[in-house]
Amino acid sequence: MPMLPPQTPAQAIERVVREEWGRILAALVKSLGDIQRAEDCLQDAVARAMEIWPDTGLPDVPAAWLITTARRKAIDRLRRDARFTARIPELSHLIDVARDDAVADEIIPDKRLEMIFTCCHPSLEQKTQVALTLRTLCGLSTEDIAAAFLDKPAAMAQRLVRAKQKIAGAGIPYRIPDTSELATRVTAVLAVVYLIFNQGYSTLDRRSRSLTDEALRLGRTLHYLLPDEPEVAGLLALMLLHDARHIARRNTQGAMIPLEDQNRNRWDRAKIKEGDALLRQTLKRGAVGPYQIQAAISGLHAGSPSWADTDWVQIASLYALLFRMQPTPVVQINHAVAVSYAQSTSEAIALLDHLDEAPNFARYQPYHAACADIFARHGDVARAAQSYARAMSLTSDPAERRFLQGKRDALS
Amino acid sequence: MQYMCLIYSAEGTGPQPGTPEFGPFMKGYTDFTAEMRDSGALVAGDALQPIATATTVTVVDGKTITTDGPFAETKEQLGGYYLLECKDLDDAIAQAAKIPTATYGRIEVRPVIVWDD
Repeated sequence: MPMLPPQTPAQAIERVVREEWGRILAALVKSLGDIQRAEDCLQDAVARAMEIWPDTGLPDVPAAWLITTARRKAIDRLRRDARFTARIPELSHLIDVARDDAVADEIIPDKRLEMIFTCCHPSLEQKTQVALTLRTLCGLSTEDIAAAFLDKPAAMAQRLVRAKQKIAGAGIPYRIPDTSELATRVTAVLAVVYLIFNQGYSTLDRRSRSLTDEALRLGRTLHYLLPDEPEVAGLLALMLLHDARHIARRNTQGAMIPLEDQNRNRWDRAKIKEGDALLRQTLKRGAVGPYQIQAAISGLHAGSPSWADTDWVQIASLYALLFRMQPTPVVQINHAVAVSYAQSTSEAIALLDHLDEAPNFARYQPYHAACADIFARHGDVARAAQSYARAMSLTSDPAERRFLQGKRDALS
Repeated sequence: MQYMCLIYSAEGTGPQPGTPEFGPFMKGYTDFTAEMRDSGALVAGDALQPIATATTVTVVDGKTITTDGPFAETKEQLGGYYLLECKDLDDAIAQAAKIPTATYGRIEVRPVIVWDD
């Protein structure tokens, strides 16, 4: 019997369950054909593990034990089913699988890719895709998912139940999409992973913070399962390079520190190195997409010894390239900021000024904050103050308002 | 699984009779129907008369009440349907995308309930 690692049995069990949840559940869905049923049986198996592992110690391959036990629980559930005879074919298949003595040492088939494509199916709302992915692949509890998205647990539970019903009822397949659809479907999956990352990255809440770790784990899993997809590698590199800066982004009071003022010694060099190496390999393939470009921009910042030494010319041209693929306000603003350093503030003002009343910009706080900073550096104090006021009126985050207030007070 | 593909479009959109586009549009339907029949996916499919011909029926206190026109006063109206046997939702979506009106209107794809007995 293996020794328990130096932690309580409950902790050891929790760790195994958290780490293996996605892989076990994905394999179970494959054999049971239904996410809800697979989840129920896995919960049964986990409850059983909690009962006996503290006495017996962890089995050699905890994941295999959980999957075998979950399958036996599935058989029990089917036997109790009122429509038992109609389900005998399903049952005999399961009994075959569960009886197989080799199962304890079996390499669990990796069906996580099938699972993530099902969870991120375009016929599901994106918020539902995110919640399902966190629940099924990351093993987060409904309560944690609800907290991370500031939802009521009951509403989140309802959303998850409806989603699983739709998957079963509408016949959303459990498979890797055909080559012809793969690119668009991968894009949807990456959008979900990046959304999870940003949700964790943009807030201070510790429960949300764990979302960046989940997103990184998902990114690594996806890269392992789809090693030939450049944008999958691109997103992983981007998340690594961004996450490398997370400690340096907040001061002790929790206020945001802009990139310009961050202590670069606090950046996580290991993550930067990993992200950089991954990006270099990927860019060689020549299938450049938005995530790779954003990673390249992040990599230039990460590799620069100071704000003043930043290679703004290259960053400006990368933003211009990104804008051709993603013509969004945020990219347009970042491009102008890069131009303000690479060329001049007047050229940046020419790029931004006329957007003042444009529908996507008029009420967009980052636009006014960027304009304020550029006007200030241009020496136009009056317009800078005006833009800071506008930006402050559009933010609901007190830390951010204080930051903008400080910038405005420092004018002239 | 069977999927009901409900074909919605605003009346007057898409190729109209008498225009050069109408012939190819209708041929698109003939070809799609033939393709579905040949592949064995076609369970049923029909086009409906315009909404001007619609009557809505409801029974209140045992009394049949009829009103002129469609039930839902939306811009996009049900113009026809295909009932298709498909492997899964992805298959159904791929077929629905081939229905000529998909280019001008929308196709609502609804799985048909299979009752266990």
